[in-house]
Amino acid sequence: MQVSLFTTCLTDSYYPQAALATVRLLQHLGCTVDCPTAQTCCGQPQFNNGLHDQARSLARHFIDTFQHAPAIVSPSASCTAMIRDYYEQLFADDAAYLPRARDIIAKTFEITEFITTVLQPDLAALNPRSTGRITYHYSCHSRGLNLSPDVTINLIKSIEGIDYVPLEKMDQCCGFGGTFAVKLPDVSAALVTDKVACIRATNADTVVVNDGGCTLNIAGACRRQRLPVRFVHVAQLLAEALGLMDHPGDMHP
Amino acid sequence: MTATSHNKHPFPKAIKTALANDYLQHALDTYPRQRTGRVVNALKELPDLEHVRQQARRIRDYSLAHLDTLLAQLADNLEQHGGHVHWARDADHARQLITDIAGQHNCRLAVKTKSMTTEEIALTDALSRAGLETYETDMGELILQLDNDHPSHIITPMIHKSRQQVGRLFQQKLGISYTDDPAQLIGAARAHLRDKFRRADLGIIGVNFAVSQTGSLVMLTNEGNGRLTAARPRVCVALMGMEKVIPSLADLALLLKLTVRSAVGSRITVYTNIITGPARPDEPDGPEQLHLVILDNGRSNILASPYRDLLACLRCGACLNACPVYRKIGGHAYGSVYPGPIGTALTPLLEPDLHTTKNMLELCSLCGACLERCPVNIDIPRLVINQRRDLNNARGNSRLYRCGLAAWAWAYRTPGRYTFCQRALRLLLRPLARKGWIRRLPSPWTAVRDLPLPAKKLFRDLWKQDRQKP
Repeated sequence: MQVSLFTTCLTDSYYPQAALATVRLLQHLGCTVDCPTAQTCCGQPQFNNGLHDQARSLARHFIDTFQHAPAIVSPSASCTAMIRDYYEQLFADDAAYLPRARDIIAKTFEITEFITTVLQPDLAALNPRSTGRITYHYSCHSRGLNLSPDVTINLIKSIEGIDYVPLEKMDQCCGFGGTFAVKLPDVSAALVTDKVACIRATNADTVVVNDGGCTLNIAGACRRQRLPVRFVHVAQLLAEALGLMDHPGDMHP
Repeated sequence: MTATSHNKHPFPKAIKTALANDYLQHALDTYPRQRTGRVVNALKELPDLEHVRQQARRIRDYSLAHLDTLLAQLADNLEQHGGHVHWARDADHARQLITDIAGQHNCRLAVKTKSMTTEEIALTDALSRAGLETYETDMGELILQLDNDHPSHIITPMIHKSRQQVGRLFQQKLGISYTDDPAQLIGAARAHLRDKFRRADLGIIGVNFAVSQTGSLVMLTNEGNGRLTAARPRVCVALMGMEKVIPSLADLALLLKLTVRSAVGSRITVYTNIITGPARPDEPDGPEQLHLVILDNGRSNILASPYRDLLACLRCGACLNACPVYRKIGGHAYGSVYPGPIGTALTPLLEPDLHTTKNMLELCSLCGACLERCPVNIDIPRLVINQRRDLNNARGNSRLYRCGLAAWAWAYRTPGRYTFCQRALRLLLRPLARKGWIRRLPSPWTAVRDLPLPAKKLFRDLWKQDRQKP
């Protein structure tokens, strides 16, 4: 199956290993992957802050870039949800782009969603193996994709040899929320502090995530509070467990 | 000042105060999550929950689309049963109507049920000013009234107060010896209220639903005081937001299933009152007079706006319990009668001044937990985003953010500029970093977190390398 990778800005600059793992994983599961280098940003920061004209201009560029892709897969639930939940609204009054936006919406997936609903591989047969005590933070925008926490949890549990430990309040927002983190700094700080405390209580050595924004926030707070945990994208965890990565990595090398 | 706010949105200060209050933080971290757990379990009992939610939403949408005819039918039917109907344009008008009714019937002492709509119009203060002794009879609201406080949650109004605080309050205000045993505190409240009920000649009740086909008012409570308030005094005044009307008792049956489960996590409330007119000649109980005040107070404008969905709200409070922001700052910091997600989206429309709107719309991280829990699928995050759009179009938001985000959009519109900026970010931050992390920046970000340095290579560079491999 032919797949185009939607890297997302944050993954492109901060978490390239997560994108690389996504590519390797997709290839391992039988996909041919390309990564259009014309891609930029989906427009979410502008959209969420009410600058819908600017968001629309970025969305047009996105649609132009990916229009011929048979499927678009992204390592970020948040950016995927931006497209899936809001592109139709953005182009509601644009007769030329509305059908194109709908076409894009129908073929855009977050990686765990793509694996579990489209590819549906027999993961156990691929024999993924790893070690470690692993917990998982549910990224809020997975909700916008109707992805329950179980989707990623089941992927984690499919890996032989790891010890999964649930995170208390796993589905409580970490306080990132894009500009929310700097516009309401006290609330954001309280939320991320809460998240770090919950991670600490699990005694996990690894936190699995599926969004760069949450990771930037939670990992930064863990480091400030001297909590030594490794952050890995779920695709990275799987790719490593399948022996697809050159070396096991942290998202922050 | 309209009556919606009881403190004038001093957000940063109110937020800091809330975050520094240990008891509040404990309560907000504990009870809303417990409640959500019970709600989720109670909803699981409904076969095909999603279908029930959609049906409920259809009933609410139908009601809003036919509000004029349903309200007229409600008024006709209620009047046929001997009730009186009054239409209130806004909070002032509603207060005036109700104090006039009290005056005409020589009422001296009013008892009232818990009702967010009476809070919205600040009715208790108005009645006191008009010379009526007015007593809250809901346990939570009574405590708040004795403490000169306000509700901080739609369903559990005194979530911010501990048993011990209530014990000390009752010791001081009701003259009992200190106890924090809930049964004894409730006993003390009952003893305090019994005399008020005996003397009351005006009962003020809230309305959860009004059924137009039968002219019935529905009031849900878990304490008997609501029923006593409606039945004992000779005059009963019901206040309802105009959006509360629904067509039929069959619709009510479906909505009750969802409302009660979503609000308190039980199948049904202890008291489900369906009030159809004043006492009939052969009935020993019930008021001689029943007046219904139907309140607009900005609702017509919302009905005609792109934000009509918000009027489908059942006021179950499930969104408050789910909201991470509410669970940190509590209800008072919103500075609005309606806190939490529904308050965030509704307050700027009920009280459309720029200051309120701007501050209110920031109180949302767009996490979507509210939508997940809303029994009628109100897409609050979308409605918040769209109000931010309106604010931006009116140039009401922060200029710094407006210009910054516009510049960002311009820069990221072409791959060339995008790649340049993404690379420049690392170069710009690198002098500030040690071992790949930055500890201090002139931004609130680094107050509680380090910022990692962007990776050495963008993914697009890795991608080119990866492809060049044999």
